[in-house]
Amino acid sequence: MISVGARAAAGRRRAARRPKPIDTGQFRTIISPLQLNSRWGRRVYWAVLVTVVVTFTLAFVFPLYWMITGAMKTGEEIAQMPPTLFPADPTLDAYAEAWNLFDLGTLLWNTAYYSLGGWVFCMLVDVSAAYALSRLRPMFGGVILGAMLATLMIPAMVVLIPLYVTVVDLGLLNNPWGLWFPAAANGFNIFLLKRFFDSIPRELIEAARIDGAGAFRVLWSVVLPVSRPILGVVSIFTIVTSFKDFVWPLLVMTDSDKMTLSVGLSQTAGMVTQNAVMGGLVVASIPTIIVFFVFQRHIMAGLTAGSIKG
Amino acid sequence: MAVLRRNLTAYGFLCAALFCFAVFAWYPMIREFILSFQETNLIDPPTWVGLDNFEYAVGYPGFTEAWIATLQFTFLALVCGFAVPFVVALVLNELRHARAYLRFVVYLPVMLPPIVAVLLFRWFFDPGPGLFNQLLGLVNLPGLAWLDSPATALISLVIVSTWMNMGSATLIYLAALQNIPPELYEAAELDGAGILKRIRHVTIPQTRLILLLMLMLQIVATMQVFIEPYMLTGGGPAGSTVTVAYMMFQFAFTNQNYGVAGALGMMLMIVLLVFAAFQLRLTREDKA
Repeated sequence: MISVGARAAAGRRRAARRPKPIDTGQFRTIISPLQLNSRWGRRVYWAVLVTVVVTFTLAFVFPLYWMITGAMKTGEEIAQMPPTLFPADPTLDAYAEAWNLFDLGTLLWNTAYYSLGGWVFCMLVDVSAAYALSRLRPMFGGVILGAMLATLMIPAMVVLIPLYVTVVDLGLLNNPWGLWFPAAANGFNIFLLKRFFDSIPRELIEAARIDGAGAFRVLWSVVLPVSRPILGVVSIFTIVTSFKDFVWPLLVMTDSDKMTLSVGLSQTAGMVTQNAVMGGLVVASIPTIIVFFVFQRHIMAGLTAGSIKG
Repeated sequence: MAVLRRNLTAYGFLCAALFCFAVFAWYPMIREFILSFQETNLIDPPTWVGLDNFEYAVGYPGFTEAWIATLQFTFLALVCGFAVPFVVALVLNELRHARAYLRFVVYLPVMLPPIVAVLLFRWFFDPGPGLFNQLLGLVNLPGLAWLDSPATALISLVIVSTWMNMGSATLIYLAALQNIPPELYEAAELDGAGILKRIRHVTIPQTRLILLLMLMLQIVATMQVFIEPYMLTGGGPAGSTVTVAYMMFQFAFTNQNYGVAGALGMMLMIVLLVFAAFQLRLTREDKA
């Protein structure tokens, strides 16, 4: 016990000499603040911190750097061995080339149209369904919700083939509704929305009822305004998921002028030079990275909220 | 009357969703069942063939290999994709600096469209000017054939898959770790438990449920692996990366043999439902 006290005192003296002890904040984790601020604790801590930051940057940022600079190299430079760390003569030619070869303008427009259209339809369908199940409580509501949630248990790859057969039967190939209808049948969205609607205080809704508001009016003027956080999370996830989707659009949108960005890139990638491929990939990544920058907190909150209790 | 009106309004709000679910979720589940007992190419009228599709699929050369490849992929992807994010989350949770940056960076690949990750890594795996062999060359190691050799192809797919998926698991574990009451660590420390013992007796029991849940989720997700073999290897070399999902896709969309694809799908579904049922039980336990 004496030695611990002595070490603590030594730590304190050293902390006084050094201007900045490691601020542990209000968290207490596996390693105690005392241990962390001991002489060895500090050394190990800084060593680990630097290693982790360097490793993460190399593992997750460097590949993207390689992609962006790869697209700025000439066709010869990108095939050169050993490769250059910086493009010798950075040009944007590969981006222009990628734009023309992949017809990126059309692909981007298609993808944006499918994602945003699908988002509007999905929100209309899922919000009204969740509202009905949560607030209007129809007969068999529980059974319906259960059947909707049960679809989450069925592996996506397994449903792919019968779903494709269904869409072919309905003649929805190369029709955006072939993407939008299946995307709207999303049990997880309905579950998240319903759970949020359930938590809205009764008094709020009763007050609107007494003022003579009908079911639609209550949804529009009371429920939706207070549900902005969950609507935001569900919207972001719906748009990002449909933007990233690959296998389903590959099957449904087969005409080259109706393809999505992901599918278009995959179909043409084998036929063009490596720097043009990288140019196409950079263009495809930019929208998702921007969305991530802007909505980072919503996305991370939604991720943990959805998966832990889902 | 009031009850009737309330129900009418409710079903008015529900009808769009009921239509979408009925046609594009519930009916396909039944259709999958029907499909697996029929022979159909979507052009000629389907005929009932009993269990022929199942027999054909089981007897098809490469059937066993596809299951072995799927299980190998799942196992390797779990070793990387299950253990690595937990260890990373443990370390991140101890750090007091650069937390926002590290969280942002680890989730970045998850945000990218999978096709970007896959095509980017296809270039990295290039045995000639690809990044990985060039890096190996820097430290005087011989280059690998990566996707071109049956020995390394599956591992290469696991690397891509882990790179693009580990972010979400890491953040979920991180959130779980932050929910552990600090008193438990303090008590363990007073009892003289070292760092490893604190992990063993506090951290792991406290996160046991979320760990098991994520394990089930990841098994179900990785056993359906498709984009990686489809885009990177096309099932090769020598069929070493033909997974069950890939084989199913081939039967349906290359051979137009939807019945056999349906039968394979049924088998895959039965296996996955076992894990999904286990996951459901854990979720119940979580809520109780």
